[in-house]
Amino acid sequence: MSFFARFAQNRGALIGLIILLAIIVMAILAPLVFPESPWRMVQRPFLPPMEVDGFPLGTDTMGRNVAAGLMHGAWVSLLIGLVSTLVALLIGVPLGAVAGYYGGLIDDALMRFTEFFQTIPNFALAIVLVAIMQPSVTSIVLAIALVSWPPVARLVRAEFMSLRNREYVEAARLVGQTNRTIIIRQILPNTLSPIIVLASLMVATAILLESALSFLGLGDPNVMSWGYMIGAARTVIRQAWWLSFFPGVAILLTVLALNLVGEGLDDALNPKLARERS
Amino acid sequence: MKTPLAMAIAAAALTLSTAQADEPRHGGTLNTVIQPEPPGLVLGMIQNDPTRKVAGNIYEGLLSYSTDLEPRPQLAESWEVDDDGLVWTFQLREGVTWHDGEPFTAEDVVFSADVFHRDLNPSARAVLDHIESIEADGDHTVVFTLKQPFGPFLLSFEAGTFTMVPKHLYEGTDFRDNEHNDHPIGTGPFKFENWDRGTVIELVRNDDYYVDDLPYLDGINWHVIPDGASRAVAYENGTVDVLPNGTVENFDIPRLAELDNTCMTEEGHEYFSPFAMLWMNNREGPTEDKRFRQAVMYAMDREFARDVLWNELGNVPLSSFGSNARFHHDGLDPYDHDPDRARELLDEMGYDGEEVRLLPLPYGETWTRWAEAVQQNLREVGINVRTQSTDVGGWNQRLGDWDYDLAFTFLYQYGDPALGISRTYLSTNIERGSPWNNVGGYENERVDELFNEAATAFPDEEREALYHEVQEILHEDVPVGWLMELGFPTLYRCDVKDLVTSGVGVNDGFKDAWLDR
Repeated sequence: MSFFARFAQNRGALIGLIILLAIIVMAILAPLVFPESPWRMVQRPFLPPMEVDGFPLGTDTMGRNVAAGLMHGAWVSLLIGLVSTLVALLIGVPLGAVAGYYGGLIDDALMRFTEFFQTIPNFALAIVLVAIMQPSVTSIVLAIALVSWPPVARLVRAEFMSLRNREYVEAARLVGQTNRTIIIRQILPNTLSPIIVLASLMVATAILLESALSFLGLGDPNVMSWGYMIGAARTVIRQAWWLSFFPGVAILLTVLALNLVGEGLDDALNPKLARERS
Repeated sequence: MKTPLAMAIAAAALTLSTAQADEPRHGGTLNTVIQPEPPGLVLGMIQNDPTRKVAGNIYEGLLSYSTDLEPRPQLAESWEVDDDGLVWTFQLREGVTWHDGEPFTAEDVVFSADVFHRDLNPSARAVLDHIESIEADGDHTVVFTLKQPFGPFLLSFEAGTFTMVPKHLYEGTDFRDNEHNDHPIGTGPFKFENWDRGTVIELVRNDDYYVDDLPYLDGINWHVIPDGASRAVAYENGTVDVLPNGTVENFDIPRLAELDNTCMTEEGHEYFSPFAMLWMNNREGPTEDKRFRQAVMYAMDREFARDVLWNELGNVPLSSFGSNARFHHDGLDPYDHDPDRARELLDEMGYDGEEVRLLPLPYGETWTRWAEAVQQNLREVGINVRTQSTDVGGWNQRLGDWDYDLAFTFLYQYGDPALGISRTYLSTNIERGSPWNNVGGYENERVDELFNEAATAFPDEEREALYHEVQEILHEDVPVGWLMELGFPTLYRCDVKDLVTSGVGVNDGFKDAWLDR
């Protein structure tokens, strides 16, 4: 059975993939559909959805087009989700690999360091980091990455510990491959599937984190994001429900889609587990 | 014959009922909110806005001010000045007692002004610098002798600036540690009763108040409610009857104003006249160029900000002096919203797209939205703006260190240019470390000269000519962006009558207030 066929066996995953693709298309098309800045005040404020042509989702407290904000926001959310996950992987994978492969003192030291990060609540740490570095896309990406790498490190470490004494690793050692080559060329490729699954879920978490930061006013003030839209609409929720509703739905769908895709990937990459589960 | 008679009766009845409605009535305790909870209630020692609001009803000054900033008798019954504008003689009201029963005399005035405020009160010190001597002449006459004429002198006697404090309780003590600080004693229409920290401050009627019949209310309860939405709910469900300015979100005001039996007034802020400005760093970067600063003025849609963000409350200023400031010059060309003119100016100066940082004021939603609007306005004329968000500490620090390009702020005008306006433009008022002086770093010798001359010129006609010239120069130079004269809306039930009658609003407004229920 091909990879995609296995993936598609999970209906939910397929639906998730479709939603995700739709959101990606939305993000790519944003500058074409709404070439003007989403910050531009274009109509009278508090315009309800569907009332005026060209404003299917209405306007916000300052007369900015909610639909434009939503599409441009998709770009920001996806970008921050992806980049921060990549950065988290860049920190977590090497740390976990070294700890799992060498074991002993090195393992102890690295894991205590990881636990240090794990004992601080994620969100609280992210708030502190963004506040110290001043809110900007870069600082938000870094903050999210810094709070989300420990699970990656632990997962990779566990995989390495179980793989490091396999026969093919022993064989590689016998032919004189260096530790570095063994880690990168022999073991790492075999740990990829759980990493990919975890990463897809991390993108979802990162999007949620970014939204929560923006909601609290710690977003980059120069980019329109979904979390910002909800945060700004909070005070007027009794007058204008649509301002927080649509970005809220967008976040919900994106995170749901990413979780479904993650599960589908898990099924496709670990067929044995999937069969046991069903 | 019957019809005209019936009409006459009806008309008479109508006159009678209106007459009744206009007749103030005694009784009732009024509930309102105070936000945030004040750090203390001894006015003069503490200057925060919430302290002024509550304690303005306990303490009094020699004078009070109408909404046109005309001085009115308060503890002083009358006053006169000699021909040189140097010797001011105040006749005090007789028969005034402190809340503990001791008589109020000229000695209290001398002590309050010369000892208490000189020691504790920076804003009174600015006035005291111009005063040669303060002397009591008998029990009911006080003579102030000035070093040179000082135009705004008569505007300095508001309760919050020159508070009258009891000499017999404070003399010779450590003012800040005085046991009476917990139970303030003033001469005002209400007496301090109880302060349940975090819940309510209760004031009760001063039965011995020197104006017969006043006050009409039996007491005022200032409730402490920390959350904006909860304060709005407290008004909606009838827990409180008055929402002083700044207690609910701007976005909520139109909704609340439409409730039954709800009135709103914008009066009662004239003495402070808060003026929102955009600091522009005159020292470096594109903002150093006058044409760039003018372009910023043309680029901003200030009418939009007023209509949309401030719900049409407030006023778009013409120039450096607010529209109700004294000596305001109304003959200048307005900086209308004109993006094309802004682009022309930018082209002319050869602006190359250098990044300009914008620092919003971290005072809540409205200010954040406002910064977004200005950012968008500026981007539309081609200015490369980047907004930096920060907290109050960061804002203070950056302005104090001059580490900004454009920054939001708002300043009180205190009724006279020499008290509230010149401080923003005088080059002698440039000092690193404070966000409240000439932060823009504007330096113009002629402007310094004019402001200094005008502060001590006498009489007013002479001051006017000097101030008009300074406004013309400032209007051309645009040392700061003039954003808006902020509205100070007070929301209250319509059956609370005569609430806002002075230039400081509810700060001393409950003296005349009465309940029509």
